Amino acid sequence: MTQKKFLHTAKAKKIGAAIMIAALTLGTTGCGSQSASAEGNGAIKITNVSYDPTRELYEAYNKAFVEYYKDEKGIDVEVVQSHGGSGGQARSVVEGAEADVVTLALEHDITLIEEAGLIEEGWLSEFDRDSSPYTSTIVFLVRKGNEKNINDWDDLTKEGVDIINPDPKSSGGACWNFLAAWHYADLKFNGDEEKIKDFVKAIYDNVTVMDSGARGATTTFVENGQGDVLIAWENEAIATVKEYPDEYEIISPSISILAQPSVAIVDENAKKDGVEDVARDYLEYLYTDSAQRIIGENGYRPSTESILNEFSDKFDLSMDLATISDFGGWNAAYDKFFVDGGIFDEIHGA
Amino acid sequence: MAKSRVKKYRGGHVIPGFGLTLGITIAMLSLLILIPLASVLGNAFRQSPAAFFKTITQPNVIHSFETSILCSFIAAVINCVFGLILAWVLVKYEFPGKRILDGLIELPFCLPTAVAGITLSKMYSTTGELGGPLSKLGIKVSYTHIGLTIALVFIGIPFVVRAIQPVLEKMDKQYEEAAYILGASKTKTFFKVILSEIKPAMLTGFGLAFARGIGEYGSVIYISGNSEKERTQVVSYVIMQKLNYLDYESATAIALVLLIISFLLLFFINVVQIRQSRRTNNV
Repeated sequence: MTQKKFLHTAKAKKIGAAIMIAALTLGTTGCGSQSASAEGNGAIKITNVSYDPTRELYEAYNKAFVEYYKDEKGIDVEVVQSHGGSGGQARSVVEGAEADVVTLALEHDITLIEEAGLIEEGWLSEFDRDSSPYTSTIVFLVRKGNEKNINDWDDLTKEGVDIINPDPKSSGGACWNFLAAWHYADLKFNGDEEKIKDFVKAIYDNVTVMDSGARGATTTFVENGQGDVLIAWENEAIATVKEYPDEYEIISPSISILAQPSVAIVDENAKKDGVEDVARDYLEYLYTDSAQRIIGENGYRPSTESILNEFSDKFDLSMDLATISDFGGWNAAYDKFFVDGGIFDEIHGA
Repeated sequence: MAKSRVKKYRGGHVIPGFGLTLGITIAMLSLLILIPLASVLGNAFRQSPAAFFKTITQPNVIHSFETSILCSFIAAVINCVFGLILAWVLVKYEFPGKRILDGLIELPFCLPTAVAGITLSKMYSTTGELGGPLSKLGIKVSYTHIGLTIALVFIGIPFVVRAIQPVLEKMDKQYEEAAYILGASKTKTFFKVILSEIKPAMLTGFGLAFARGIGEYGSVIYISGNSEKERTQVVSYVIMQKLNYLDYESATAIALVLLIISFLLLFFINVVQIRQSRRTNNV
């Protein structure tokens, strides 16, 4: 009896093992056939690894691109999207995530992928305008009515103003908020570093919740109802106001910073997948007039001047925008402000 | 006949072969735990000892360790008290909905921690359903140490309840009766008889909840506010800060210290338990 039972279980085990092996082989061959179809007559699949707020933009853009490519070249393309914090996305590509093109928030994030040997040197000049098909800037989002009367950076230093602002030590995107404030103070105090530090410190002293990223900060401000003002990316602010037109308004400060999200082909991966040409066409198409309009409609500033002007009611074009080169490039800015023991730690340490 | 049956019994474990099972055990342990942990060690020591110590002695790193350890400790203590009461109710009494309540205990295990974190931070923020009334009393919960501790209580409670429950179930009622007959008061019975019986289990639960809390990320990140100024950054947040800038060396250095602390903690609890069981077995 016991032996019979034992036999039974042994048999069952063998069957189970067989099923598992079968499933594994099926699984792998399944994957194999999928990648084969990419090279065959099926749709060509490219993967675009991007950051959080571009979700809606690329949804619309991919649709337009797929249509254009089918009409123009007769080739079916399928674009797979991936979104997350920009730094984290760069890290996942470095660690081997499938990405044929990257469209990230910071030049620096793409440089990290370059340093890992996945992107060839000189990617910055591969596409127009420093491979930056759209830009954005840092603005203030306040609750309707603007009770605390916030109009410019000075108002953020006032006592009793609660600010929601993400942590630059945790998110590359949040560095722009700091740099924008710094640039304003720089002009105001004519480069007197002590005064600039005091000014920026006063702003960061008013920060009540410091989330780990821009999306988290938006959630804290919008969903949890914290704070009087959110220092945010213009595209995020526009998206929020679009969703809740009666609850929030955007305040554009007189001076801010021009954030230039960058795009690049991940050469190694694209070569391996045999999709270099499609990847190039995919990013180049971003610069066409129709794509630039999609970009404008989704809250990003088109890099083509004439199209940008079409959206002059949406973007405050009178803002004075600094660029990262005013800080000596991203790496110099990072070393000065955000490394451990840098200026940010100095003004916001415990 | 009888002899052969005995033989068969001795050799006939349900799971075959010591060699095979040990082999699988070691292989799994290596693939899932030992090799990844060794790589943490390797990465951490890739930098010079001086740089390593500089990284882990930075004020924000030290503050984050203080915050994590203190809040996890308080949360684990709270969990011991409420975990015991919960386990007691579930074991000793019959009431409608008991099964559901029993199942609910495990919810923190299966709910994605980020979901718990976002929900808690919303509920306990000054405009939330629970945080609103509390803020009127002057108690701010979300984005403070209190909120952080609440999140850690949430994720730690199942460890304590599930550790104590089986011991309470097995505990012979005769002990209580004997204590009663010998004239012990109710308090005395509880502290001298019941509590000493469940102490090892409680300690296990405490240790697991504590160790889990020190390393917790998802649920605390949304409720803590992550302010270096308010000292609400936890260790795992500082590790993520480093990771987001691809600073693997610093991240692994801090992770290593975290690992050592958790290891020492569990080690200490094991030692205490072994001593305890030795003592009770010798009596």
